[in-house]
Amino acid sequence: MPVKKPKRFDQISPAANFLLSLLTGVIAIACVFPFLFVVIISFTNEKSLASNGYRIIPKEWSLEAYQYIFRTGEALLRSYGVTIFVTVVGTLLSLVIITLYAYAIFQRSFKYRRFFSFFAIFTMLFNGGMVPTFIVVTQLLHMKDTIWALIMPMLVNAFYILIMRTFFSTMVPTAIIESGKIDGASELQTFIRLVLPLSLPGLATIGLFNTLGYWNDWFNALLYIDAPNLVPLQSMLMRIETSMQFIMQNSTNASLSTGILQDMPQDTSRMAMVVLATGPIVLAYPFFQRYFVQGLTIGAVKE
Amino acid sequence: MFDKLKIFLRDIFRNRAMLLMVLPGALWFLLFSYLPMAGTIISFKQYRYSKDGFFASIIDSKWVGLDNFKFLFSTSDAYIITRNTVLYNAAFIILGLILAVAMAIILVELTNRRLSKFFQTAMFMPYFLSWVIVGYFVFSFLSFDKGLINKTFEWMGMERINWYSEPSKWPFILVLVNLWKLVGYNSVVYLAAIMGIDRSLYEAAMIDGAGKWKQITNITIPLLVPVISIMTLLAVGKIFYADFGLFYQVPRDSGLLYSMTNVIDTYVFRGLKINGEIGMSTAAGLYQSFVGFLLVLLSNYIVRRKNKDNALF
Repeated sequence: MPVKKPKRFDQISPAANFLLSLLTGVIAIACVFPFLFVVIISFTNEKSLASNGYRIIPKEWSLEAYQYIFRTGEALLRSYGVTIFVTVVGTLLSLVIITLYAYAIFQRSFKYRRFFSFFAIFTMLFNGGMVPTFIVVTQLLHMKDTIWALIMPMLVNAFYILIMRTFFSTMVPTAIIESGKIDGASELQTFIRLVLPLSLPGLATIGLFNTLGYWNDWFNALLYIDAPNLVPLQSMLMRIETSMQFIMQNSTNASLSTGILQDMPQDTSRMAMVVLATGPIVLAYPFFQRYFVQGLTIGAVKE
Repeated sequence: MFDKLKIFLRDIFRNRAMLLMVLPGALWFLLFSYLPMAGTIISFKQYRYSKDGFFASIIDSKWVGLDNFKFLFSTSDAYIITRNTVLYNAAFIILGLILAVAMAIILVELTNRRLSKFFQTAMFMPYFLSWVIVGYFVFSFLSFDKGLINKTFEWMGMERINWYSEPSKWPFILVLVNLWKLVGYNSVVYLAAIMGIDRSLYEAAMIDGAGKWKQITNITIPLLVPVISIMTLLAVGKIFYADFGLFYQVPRDSGLLYSMTNVIDTYVFRGLKINGEIGMSTAAGLYQSFVGFLLVLLSNYIVRRKNKDNALF
C-alpha cells in the first residue's frame, strides 16, 4: 500500500496551486498583452503591416515609426509639454488645497467643521451636470482655450478630501497637535512642522491619484480646447484618429487622400505615439502601486 | 441681535486660521459645484447666450416650464440611454464583483508569494491607462482590415466582421473591456480585507480538520460579506452614472453603434457639443443627477443601517 502524504491544511494542494497559477497567469497576461501588442505594432514595418495586418510576430521589424515621430515630432513634443505642465501645476495646487481643507475639517477645535464637511460631501451626492459646468467655465470664467481649463475643473475632489482626512485621523496623534499649541506654535506652524511630516504617505497617495488623473485626462480638452498649441497628449492621440478618419471618409479623390495621408502619422506611428504616451506610466506604476492600494483601501473603509 | 453678531464675529476671528485653510477649497466648490447646481435652472428655460455675461444669459432666457423634459421623454432616446446606462452598470457590478472576489481569494491562496505579487501587479496595469489608450488597444484587435481578430478569422477561413458597425456585438465587448480594465483595481479592496482576517480563525479551522476549500467557504467568504455588500451598495448608488470614456472612446464614437453604446453621459455630451441643444441636454443631466441623488441616499441609508462607520454620511 503506497504511503499517503500527510494532508496539509494550511495550503492548497500542489495540483490546485498549479491550475490556479495557470489560470491567474493567463488573466495576468491578458491584462498586459494589449500593451505589448501595441509596442510590437509600433516596431512593425509599415508595408508589411499594410499587407499582413497587426501581427503578434511581424514579418518585418522596423524603427521607421519612431524615426518619423522624432523627425516631425514638434506636435508630440508640444503636447508632452502641455501634459507635463498641467500635471505638475495641477497636482501641486490640488494637493495644497485638498490638504488644507482636509486638515481643517479634521480638527475638532474648528467650530464649522460639520458645515464644511457637509459642503464637500454634498458635491459627491448631487451635481449640476456637464452642461451647466461647461457654461460656468466658458461663459463666466472665460477659460475656453486657456491652460486653466485643463487644470481647474479637476482641481478639487471631495472624495480625496475625505481620504486625506482619514489619513490625518489615523496617522496624526492629537497629542502632537496639542503639544504644538502648548509650545505656542500657530496653527500654520503646527500644520507645517508637525502634521505634514507625519502625513507624507497620505500626501503621496493623493498626489499620485492627482498625477494619474491629470496625465490621463482628455475629457477637459475635448470640452474646452480647440487651440492646437494647448492640446495635451491624450487628446492629441484622439485627434489624430478623427482627422485621419475624416480625410479617409470624405475624400473622393483617392490620389489626393493618399497624398495627404503620406504626411500624416500612419498606423505604426500612431501606435508608436500610444507607446510614448503610456510608457512613463507603465514603467512607473509598479513602484507607486502601494500608494494607490493604500488610497483605495482607505477610501473603501473610511474611518 | 447685536450680541449675536458680536459672538458670530468672535467665532469667525477665533477660527480664522481654519477658515483660511478651507477658503480655497470652498471657493472651488462654490464655482465648480454649487454654481453649476444652480445652473440646472436652465433645463426649465430656453437658453440664449447674452452678451451681458453669464448671469444675464441665465436670467434673460425665457421660461419654458417642463418643455425640455417633455421633449426628452417623448423621444425613444430617453429610454435607450437609461436602459443602456443601468443595464451595463448592473452587468459591471455583478460580474466585476464575482471576478474581483475570486481573483482576490486565488491570489491569497497561491503558494508562490512572488508569483502572486507579480500577477497582481500585472492585473493592476489597465487601471493606470486612459480610455483613449484602451480605445487604441481595442482597435488593434477589432480593426476591420488589420485587426488581430479578423486576421485570425481570415486565417481560419471565417467571414470577417465589421465590428465598428455591428451594434449587437457591443454589449459583450464593452463588458469584457470594462472587466479587463478594472479587475486588478476591484480586487485590491477584497485582497486587503482578506489580509485583515484574523489568522487564528484559520488555525482553529485547521485543527478541526477543515481543508482549504472549507476554510474559504466557511471563513473567508462569510467575512468578506460586509465589504462586498458595502462596495456593491455604493456602486448601485452610482448606477445612473456611466463611465464616459468607456462608452465614447472604445466604440470610437461610431454613430452606427449608438443604439448599444449611447448612455446618459454621452447623450448629454453630444447634445451639448454636437447638436447644441443646451436646454434638453441640461434636462437629461438633471434627470441623471436627480435619480442618482435618490439612489445614493437610498443606498447610503441601507449601508448605514448595516454599519454606521461605512456610510458616506
